[in-house]
Amino acid sequence: MIRSEILREIAPILRDHLVVCNIGLPSQELHMIDDQPTNFYMLGTMGLSSSIGLGMALAQDKTVISIDGDGSVLTNLGTLPTIANNVTDNYILMIIDNGSYGSTGDQPTYAGKKTKLEAVAAACGCENVVTCKDVDTGKVLQAAIDSKKMTVIVVKCDSGNIKLPVITMDPVVIRDRFMKAVQA
Amino acid sequence: MSISSKIVDDFVAQGVNFITTVPCKQLAGVIDEVEERPEIHHIPSNKEDEGMGLCAGAFMGGKKPAIIMQNTAIGVTINTLATLTQYYRMPLPMLISYRGELREPVACQVEMAVHTKALLNQMLIPTFHFHKEADAAELPEILKYTFMCNKPVAILTDASFWGGYGDQ
Repeated sequence: MIRSEILREIAPILRDHLVVCNIGLPSQELHMIDDQPTNFYMLGTMGLSSSIGLGMALAQDKTVISIDGDGSVLTNLGTLPTIANNVTDNYILMIIDNGSYGSTGDQPTYAGKKTKLEAVAAACGCENVVTCKDVDTGKVLQAAIDSKKMTVIVVKCDSGNIKLPVITMDPVVIRDRFMKAVQA
Repeated sequence: MSISSKIVDDFVAQGVNFITTVPCKQLAGVIDEVEERPEIHHIPSNKEDEGMGLCAGAFMGGKKPAIIMQNTAIGVTINTLATLTQYYRMPLPMLISYRGELREPVACQVEMAVHTKALLNQMLIPTFHFHKEADAAELPEILKYTFMCNKPVAILTDASFWGGYGDQ
């Protein structure tokens, strides 16, 4: 499965939670598949999905799911020790690990070579790290939500993209809509 | 009362309750105070752009955030300031140690000091400069201003403000 197929499959689970979605194609795909006020779309700032999501989770009680990519986590690798050392059980970091920088032309990442992000996360001190196959994403994500334990999920999947439009929604509208959904 | 206590008192009085820090020798006293205050959720971060991401999330989650960092961080965070904090219109007080000014013993610090105000100016970031301890009297108003206008705001604090480096 490629990332958009996974997002389509887990959209019914994501809908009930606060989601911080990674820059580029992941946000565009989620926006097209199931736009919700509870989705925060990153329009820029590669690498910070996990940090924004952690800040959200630390600030309030609702479950927050950061959808990140292997390339973006590599960009902000310092996020994993921060997550590990600031445990908040309403936080899930889901890394869609397709071994490539999908939004920029599918250049290979080091995660697709020798680097194992699940091992990096564990070495950083993350206590619940789950690696799963693409087809099991929904099951694993729901289990992580139900466990009420901070979890890092590394989803191994195929690289590949679909053609879709950019998000034209104004960033302040995205942010305002999201903050109202947080408070609802 | 120490200047570090006064600064953190002002943060608390203005409702700032989520602070991320990246260490600097000059800011050590403030960071210790932040860590001690039960009113503040203190999250040390590994890099300043990561810290700004944490602050963005905390703000959207209902907290009043701030970041404490060194001026070298301006070189690290331009993209984050432009495409996250400013683009989504989020408030962010940035208490910044302004290394490389008078009394600086480390030559390399001057290299980023000469760019600091120019970069902040280029980014249209409101910038305040604390040179004497009395300048910190403006901090409560600066914090109010930041959360009023939903912008990142820089508070540069130089070596003279902190009383030098103590070993010269």
